[in-house]
Formats: sequence, C-alpha cells, structure tokens
Amino acid sequence: MSLTEKDKTAVKTLWGKISKSADAIGADALGRMLSVYPQTKTYFSHWSDLSYGSGPVKAHGKKVMSGVALAVSKIDDLTAGLQDLSELHAFQLRIDPNNFKILSHCIMVVIATLFPKDFTPEAHVATDKFLSCLALALSEKYR
Amino acid sequence: MVEWTDFERETIQNIFAQMDYEEIGPAALSRCLVVYPWTQRYFGNFGNLYNAAAIKSNPLIAVHGKTILHGLDRAVKNMDDIKTAYKELSVLHSEKLHVDPDNFKLLADCLTIVLAAKLGSSFTPDIQAAFQKFMAVVVNSLGRQYH
Repeated sequence: MSLTEKDKTAVKTLWGKISKSADAIGADALGRMLSVYPQTKTYFSHWSDLSYGSGPVKAHGKKVMSGVALAVSKIDDLTAGLQDLSELHAFQLRIDPNNFKILSHCIMVVIATLFPKDFTPEAHVATDKFLSCLALALSEKYR
Repeated sequence: MVEWTDFERETIQNIFAQMDYEEIGPAALSRCLVVYPWTQRYFGNFGNLYNAAAIKSNPLIAVHGKTILHGLDRAVKNMDDIKTAYKELSVLHSEKLHVDPDNFKLLADCLTIVLAAKLGSSFTPDIQAAFQKFMAVVVNSLGRQYH
C-alpha cells in the first residue's frame, strides 16, 4: 500500500495546516497513548512523571513530531530519509513495531479533535497510509 | 466478565445518550469504506461507491450506518454481559454476512475518529480509554461465535 502522488499531496496539504500545532499534537498523542494503552508505559520506566501533560511527556511528544516532520520532508523516499531513526529504533530503543500503529492511531485521534473539518475521510486515508509507511521505514533495520 | 469502573459506565451511557445517530452512524461507516476500501467487499449491492464523494452521499450507506450504530445500543444496555447479548449478532455476521472479524476493529477505529472530531477537546484521554475499552469488548463479542 505505497503512497500515490495524490496521497503525498494530501499529506503535505494537511501538514501545512497542522504543523504549527505539532508540539501540542505530539504531547497530546503521547499522553493519550500512555493512558489508553498502559502497556506502552513499559518503555518509559526511566521517566519521573508519566502523567498526561507532564514535562517528560511534552518534551518527548515534541521530539516524536519532529520525526514526523522529517518524514513529511522525505516523503518521496522514507526508507532512505529515516535511516538514522530506523537504526536508533532497531538497535537502541527496540520498540515492538506494533506500538507504531498504536501511536499512529493516537496522533490521528488528536488531529481529529483539533482539526475536525480538515481531517476528512480523504485526508484520513492518506494520513493512515503515510503513518503506516513511516512505521515501516522505522522498522526497516529491525531484522 | 468485564469489570467496569463507575467512570467507565457513566462515560459510555453519556456518550450514547448524547449520540446523534443520524450524523455519526453514516459518517463512521462511510469513513471506514474510504479509509479501508477493502471493506467495500460487503456492500456490492449498495450502488455507487466509486469515490469518497459517492460514498458520502450514498443513501443506502447512510441508512446502514445508522443501523450499525444502533446495533451498539444492545451493548450499552447490557454492559455486564455483552458477550451473551451479542451471541446472535455474532452468528449472523459469521454465518450469514461472512464478515471477516478483523473488519470490526477497523469500523471501531473509524467510529473513534468520528466521535473525536465531534467532541473535540471534551474527548479527553480518559473518555477515549473508556470508549475504546467498550468497543474492544463489542468487537471481541461479535467475533466469538465464529468457527
């Protein structure tokens, strides 16, 4: 299910509208993920505060969304563009790839709450595909 | 048996008490057909599903979306034994409709997104968690009688 030109345009258009709120989206999505899917907390046992809106959650949400921003800029070749991040996730973080789907879902829920008119079914399918391809590129080096 | 906290029970009752079935049902089903186009396989005789605009304005899909959403009422009224409440519906989806149970989760996810868009910031993480837990139980119960 690779990205068509139509998908890439839809993603870039949506990103244009939401990127100013990227930090807030990241913090909200990550916070929701930790609440709605408590098993994901296992990856953050080293944080002092895992509660929604805490310092570590906000900072990390921002970091995650800068990864998404990078992916948007490298949308024509995600595998090459995300190589360093893939190595990080494969060899150091070793996050089970199933969690990428979970976080992607939370990101889309947040976009829906903040931009209900822009997150049309067409924008939704393009974003879902994009985040799946992003996840695939991130897990490229896993094995 | 599934354990529900008071907060979870209240949340589910509130969501469905305020639910606009006319709007949310069609929106969720049509979104599912656009985002996961392979789900269109179950709607061969529903007419024009050629593109997102056609799906959105298809009157048969709209009616069916409402029907499906009302199908959740049974679970809302029987939260302490959704498994039993959905026994016949599960058999129906398996034996008569031949729906791959993996599709239930896809529709549940679309319903979550539509609800999030409707409720905005009042769709808090705790409310999202309660709603997704409820939908997970429904999805599981609908798949139980498949063999």
